[in-house]
Order: sequence, then C-alpha cells, then structure tokens
Amino acid sequence: MIELSAFAALYIFMLAAFTGYEVIARVPAILHTPLMSGSNFVHGIVLVGAMVALGQADSVLTQCIGFAGVVLAAGNAVGGYVVTERMLEMFRSSKEPGS
Amino acid sequence: MSAAAAGNLAIQVSYYVAAFLFIMGLKRMSSPVTAASGIRWAGLGMLVATLITFAYPGMGNYLLMTTAIFIGGVLAWWTGKRVPMTDMPQMIALYNGMGGGAAATISAIELLKGGGHSEVFVALAVLGGLIGSVSFSGSLIAFGKLQGLIRRSIRFRGQNIVNLLILLAAAGIGASLIAGNGGQQSIVAMFLLALLLGLTMTLPIGGADMPVVISLYNALTGLAVGFEGFVLNNAAMIIAGTVVGSAGSLLTQLMAKAMNRSLANVLFSGFGETAVAGGEARGSLKPIEAADAAIMMAFAQKVIIVPGYGMAVAQAQHKVWELTQLLTERGVQVKFAIHPVAGRMPGHMNVLLAEAGVPYDLIYDLDEINAEFETADVALVIGANDVVNPVARSDPSSPIYGMPILNADKAKNCIVIKRGQGAGFSGIENELFYLDNTRMLYGDGQAMVNELIQTIKEL
Repeated sequence: MIELSAFAALYIFMLAAFTGYEVIARVPAILHTPLMSGSNFVHGIVLVGAMVALGQADSVLTQCIGFAGVVLAAGNAVGGYVVTERMLEMFRSSKEPGS
Repeated sequence: MSAAAAGNLAIQVSYYVAAFLFIMGLKRMSSPVTAASGIRWAGLGMLVATLITFAYPGMGNYLLMTTAIFIGGVLAWWTGKRVPMTDMPQMIALYNGMGGGAAATISAIELLKGGGHSEVFVALAVLGGLIGSVSFSGSLIAFGKLQGLIRRSIRFRGQNIVNLLILLAAAGIGASLIAGNGGQQSIVAMFLLALLLGLTMTLPIGGADMPVVISLYNALTGLAVGFEGFVLNNAAMIIAGTVVGSAGSLLTQLMAKAMNRSLANVLFSGFGETAVAGGEARGSLKPIEAADAAIMMAFAQKVIIVPGYGMAVAQAQHKVWELTQLLTERGVQVKFAIHPVAGRMPGHMNVLLAEAGVPYDLIYDLDEINAEFETADVALVIGANDVVNPVARSDPSSPIYGMPILNADKAKNCIVIKRGQGAGFSGIENELFYLDNTRMLYGDGQAMVNELIQTIKEL
C-alpha cells in the first residue's frame, strides 16, 4: 500500500472538510432528508475498512468483532442506499410529464 | 511492474474513483433535478470500492467476510425496501448507528492487535472508537424512541454531571492507552463506557428534537469513519468520512438554528423540564365543522397548508394531496409551507408530501413563504403546533421565544386540524388557537381532510 504521510493525511482531512461544507451549504430544505440519508450512505464506506480489519484479524476474538463490524457496515451501506434512492425517486416537479 | 504492484495500483485507483464519485454524487443531490442520479453515482462508487477491497493484500477470512456482507446487506435491503415513508427517520437513525458501530469495531480490532504503534495511530483509533460507539448506542436509542419502543424521556437530576463523568472516564482510559498502558480489560472498559454515554446522552432528548439528534449522529459517524480511515491508511475512508462529518455538522447547525437553540441546549437542557407553562392564553377555542371549513377553502383564492408531525402520525399526506388537487381544479391557489424542523428529521414533511405525489415546486421554505401568509385567505394547519405559535415572536419569557415560526396567524382565516385540546411538545399553550380568525377542527388528520374532500366534491 502507498503510505500516506501524516501531513498528506492532514491536508486531505482539511480539504475534505471544506468540500463537505461547500457541497451542502446551498441545499434547499426540501432535500435535507435525502441529503442526510445520502451522506449516511456515503459513510457506509466504513465497509471497506471493516473488510480490511476482518481480513487481517488473526484471533477468534478479533474475527468475531470483525464479523460484527462487516455485518453492521454492510447494513449501513445497503440500507442507506435503498432508502435514499426510494426517497429521491419520489421527488418530481409539476412540470414533468407522468407526475 | 510486478503483479503485486499492479494490484496495489488498481486498489488505489479504485479508491480514488470512489472518492470522486461520492463527492460528485453528494453535489448532484443538492438539487432536486439531479438528485436521483446523485445517489446512483455514489452507489457506483461504493460498489467499485467494495469489490476492489477483496483484492486487498494480506487478507484472509474471506468466507466470514462474504457471509457477513450477505447477512448485513440482505437484512438492510429487505427492511429498507419495506419501511413506510413515515418511518424513515428511525430507519436512517438505525443505518447510521450501524455505521458508527462498524467504525468502533475497526478501532477495537486495531487496538486489540496491539503491536507497538505510534501514539498518533492509537490516538486516532481511540478517538474514532469513542465517537463511533457513542453514535452507535445513541442512534439505537433514537431509533427506539422514534419507533415507539421507548416512550418516555428519562431524566434525573445531575444527568449532565453523570454524562460528563462517564465521558471523562472513557477519555481517561483512552489517554492511558495512547500512553502505551493498559491491556485488553482497559480497551473493553473504554468501549463499554462510550456505549453507555450514547445511551445516557440520548435518553433524555424528546421526540421533537430528533431532527437535530439524527443529524448530529450522522455527522459523528462520518467523523469516526474518517478517523478510522487514518488508522487504516485508507484515503477513500478519510475523504468520505470527513465530507460527511462536515456536511452533517452544518446540517445539525441549520436544524438547531431553526429552533433558535444552540446544539448544547438541545443536548443538555431536557427541554420539557425547563418549560414553564407561559401565561394563560386569552380568549376561547372556537371549533368549526368540517363542512364549514371546506366551504371556506373552496371559495378562497389562496390557501397555504402548514403540515406538521401530526400529519405524519395520521398518515394524512395522500388525502392532503387529493384535497390540494380538488382545490386547484376549482381555481384555488394552494401552496405548502414547511418549517425546517417540522417532523422528526430534517426535511421530513417534504419526503411525505413527495411520497403522496405533491410536486416540489408547490412546497416552500419558511423564508420563501412567510410574507405570503398575509395575502392568503386560509392557512390550514395540519398537526403542527410549536412552529406556528406566535408567542415565539411576542413573548420574551416563552421558552420558544425567538424561534422563527410560520406566520399562519397572519392569514385572513386559520383552520387548525388537531386531535384534541392539548399543548405542543414543548408544553406551551399556542396563542394561535385562541385568535379571533382561528377555527379549530378537532379530529384525526386523515379523517378530517377526508371530510373536507367529500364536502368540496359535493359542492
């Protein structure tokens, strides 16, 4: 793996924090729920970390914890996606046909 | 290039692409026109990142891993597809808690493995573990409250001090871990304390404050994921987690601001306790029959509908849309006014109205519509209470003084559909109900709107 230096990681942290702020800053209130739900899905990326942690677990205890972690993370990612998509599917304008 | 190096490159490129897709996806979700495609972009990013992780070097336990993904994924898919829109807040809280819990397990594994890591590594693992655990147990309590499993808000004297002591104890153990002391027992104790803190922090918070709480735990989970990203040296996790952490913090601030309260006040005040019933409301409550209310609306030029949590409880959103269509056919202009904290999560009312088929261009935010109430013939309040209480403007001694409200009282007539005569969540009498131009329509939201519809149809 490419090792991130501590400072490179800090720069990523800072820039990502500003990105998150800017992306959300001008969102209309009607999208607050889908957006919260969408960002809830995005932190489902914890699945990747949970998989790596389980993959490298070498004792029964850590394997058990890792297993629980992957179950939880998969639930976060999949559940977050399903409910966000369902909500966003419903938003339509009165000008669109088929509404 | 060796095969291993090529594999590493493929993993890094995939994570890079995933991070890009997440940010683009969230950006697209910030406009109703592109929102639906936004979640698919982000979903694609997640798929890419997950699949490539199977090729991560130095891993085993693939059978366990696939089984776990299958169990978690299928359960979440099944529940996510079936949950009714009115139950969305608790499902989001639940999925969010799962993410926090997952971040905590990563931290637990890395700490238990031990092996002479730097202080920074341990510190980040501890921090992510603490935050993730609080988010996990706190979100589960929020889920339990919204689902109606936990009906009471449990408060006792000195609660904040107890919470503070738990936090200090957990942080103290964390600090000793960072310093290189402590073994398995300390690690377990730290996580148990953090889980307990999530419980004791969330139990006293009432239902109407849930928009702030859900949003806060979402941000905390993001942050925990970001910290664990540092621990695992995974840039995709750092970026996705931090973006969510900062976006969620902003959203939390917006929610707290919409109630004119600080985040600290929401978390630590135990609202119902401090609220002393304000002065006796003047005047009397004037009931109205559904038929009369229907005629009033049918011959109006402009009607503004103000929905609140009561509409969600009564599942009245479909009937409300039917009523809107009927009125529109008669040439009445109908608009919806949504308060930022109406309901149990940010944007709750918007989702329910969208479910019923209400186009989003009929729906207006507080700032957009407040000036229009003066030109409205009827303001129809369905299951909303504190967000239309004029004491927030007029009475500095009221606990909700200063909270921006919808000016339903300024409409020429105001019809309030309400289940019975009681105060709102905050326990404060609503002066709106006693005004000369207000009429109370007592009954279940859905049944009453249905009666309105029947009367208008017969006109």
